[in-house]
Amino acid sequence: MSKRADQPRVPDRPLPRPEGLDAEFYAWCGRGELRFQRCGTCRAWRHLPRVLCPSCGSDQWTWEPSTGRGVVWSWTTTHQQFESGMGSRLPYASVVVELEEGVRVVALLADDFASTDLRLDLPVVVEIEVISDEIGLLVCGPSRHHP
Amino acid sequence: MSISGASAVVGIAETDYVRGSTVSNLERMLRTAQHAVADAGLTMSDVDGVIPPPGFVTVEELAANLGIESLRYSSTIAMGGASSTATLQTAAMAIATGVAHTVLCVVGWDGYSAMRSGAAATRGTDRPPSGPNPMTRTLSQYYRPYGVRVPAQFYSWLFNRYKLLHGVPDEAAGAVAVACRNHAQLNERALMRGRPLTLDDYLQARWVAEPLRLFDCCLETDAACAIVLTSVERARDLRHAPAVVLGVAEAHPYPADDLLSRRDPLRIALSDAAPRAFAMAGISPHEVDLLEIYDCFTYVVLLQLEALGLCGPGEAAGFVADGTIGLGGRYPLNTHGGLLSQGHMWGMNHVVELVRQLRHDAGPAQVPNAEIGVVTGWGDFGDGSVAVLARAR
Repeated sequence: MSKRADQPRVPDRPLPRPEGLDAEFYAWCGRGELRFQRCGTCRAWRHLPRVLCPSCGSDQWTWEPSTGRGVVWSWTTTHQQFESGMGSRLPYASVVVELEEGVRVVALLADDFASTDLRLDLPVVVEIEVISDEIGLLVCGPSRHHP
Repeated sequence: MSISGASAVVGIAETDYVRGSTVSNLERMLRTAQHAVADAGLTMSDVDGVIPPPGFVTVEELAANLGIESLRYSSTIAMGGASSTATLQTAAMAIATGVAHTVLCVVGWDGYSAMRSGAAATRGTDRPPSGPNPMTRTLSQYYRPYGVRVPAQFYSWLFNRYKLLHGVPDEAAGAVAVACRNHAQLNERALMRGRPLTLDDYLQARWVAEPLRLFDCCLETDAACAIVLTSVERARDLRHAPAVVLGVAEAHPYPADDLLSRRDPLRIALSDAAPRAFAMAGISPHEVDLLEIYDCFTYVVLLQLEALGLCGPGEAAGFVADGTIGLGGRYPLNTHGGLLSQGHMWGMNHVVELVRQLRHDAGPAQVPNAEIGVVTGWGDFGDGSVAVLARAR
């Protein structure tokens, strides 16, 4: 069934258009896997992706899987529309999660998780919403193993 | 060799702060530059250094239009809102070393009009709409897919954690908003003159991005500012009491291109710059008579008060209580109204206001006997700059 031509187009959620190492990061996400660069020399994890290890200067690294487990580092709940593709979600919480590996990522709060329940250091799990073969986006959900 | 005490701000100028202007930004900058040079009692033939803003105009365009024939030095500082105060460091270095004798620094933009006429892609990124930008990759690839696009959102990650860690009440940010608005009532150039704000108004305003409400955020503005610096020797023969650059420093957070992968994202760059600037000036932060603090958001002011060493970590809420930052208080803050209530002019309006205060020419907002003051800048993902200026004795 085709859409009516005069139907207003709902703007899409903004997607990354990654190149280089950013594309590699998102390609793992597109396969449903959360992986980060880990230095082959000093074993430090890193995110954002970098060409060299900022800790030791090594150019040796691999994409290693993350447990996805972490804690809430901070968040902001957006009420004003700055991004037309996010308009239908307002208000929405963009959460910074500090993962067990030590890296911090941004994730959108899962639909079944109320922003009013967020606390600093709350245990959470980062999961992946696969968008395409090239891209998966991060979602912050409640930890299934609350202490 | 020290640059401390070698140079002074001798000329200042600013336009009105408006929303909607019939004058082009280039013309506005050129007129303001002329006014600043005239304010110093100099002519364009005295100017041999130009520091233009990043993105809005080239140094060649400025020099050609202004008739600056003997240009010997130019440099562009790309630190977003930290650029204006950082410009003082570059100008002071050029003058102290003899590379240039008299340096013109000018900034102008259509911060309201250009944002309204479809420059949506750059709207709110808190820097000029051109040129390489250290924030672009991080924003487009890692923040925007999660709905975070503008400074009000990504700085709020810092503000929210700061607020929760230290139990900062909403009233602390409100005190900053109200102080700036009160001071704007005394400033005939301020956008928010005639529109007073109470703490109640502040608390009842709508959310933008928590913890930011409407009046935590600065004003989109069309305006320009310019300053002229020269050597202290030359400054003594000019029209106004010179505002001597006693101490100045900049610092860049690590890494500067991402807010979140820092060891401690709440340790802002100014924490590194401020001790250097105060040491260079040979004073303690507690010796300043007034504060002109970059205020794109109220919470940025709280973080900077702590980074300056005026109070300990998490103590800014106590510092801003009880009228300390109002005129008549111990540390009057943003006596022109700041970005929050005068207008967003990349912090060059803060430099202009500090110089005016040190000249004892600030009208009803004058801090009595102001001898020494501090001005800061904050830009991009938290670049920091700071200068200590003193009235020449």
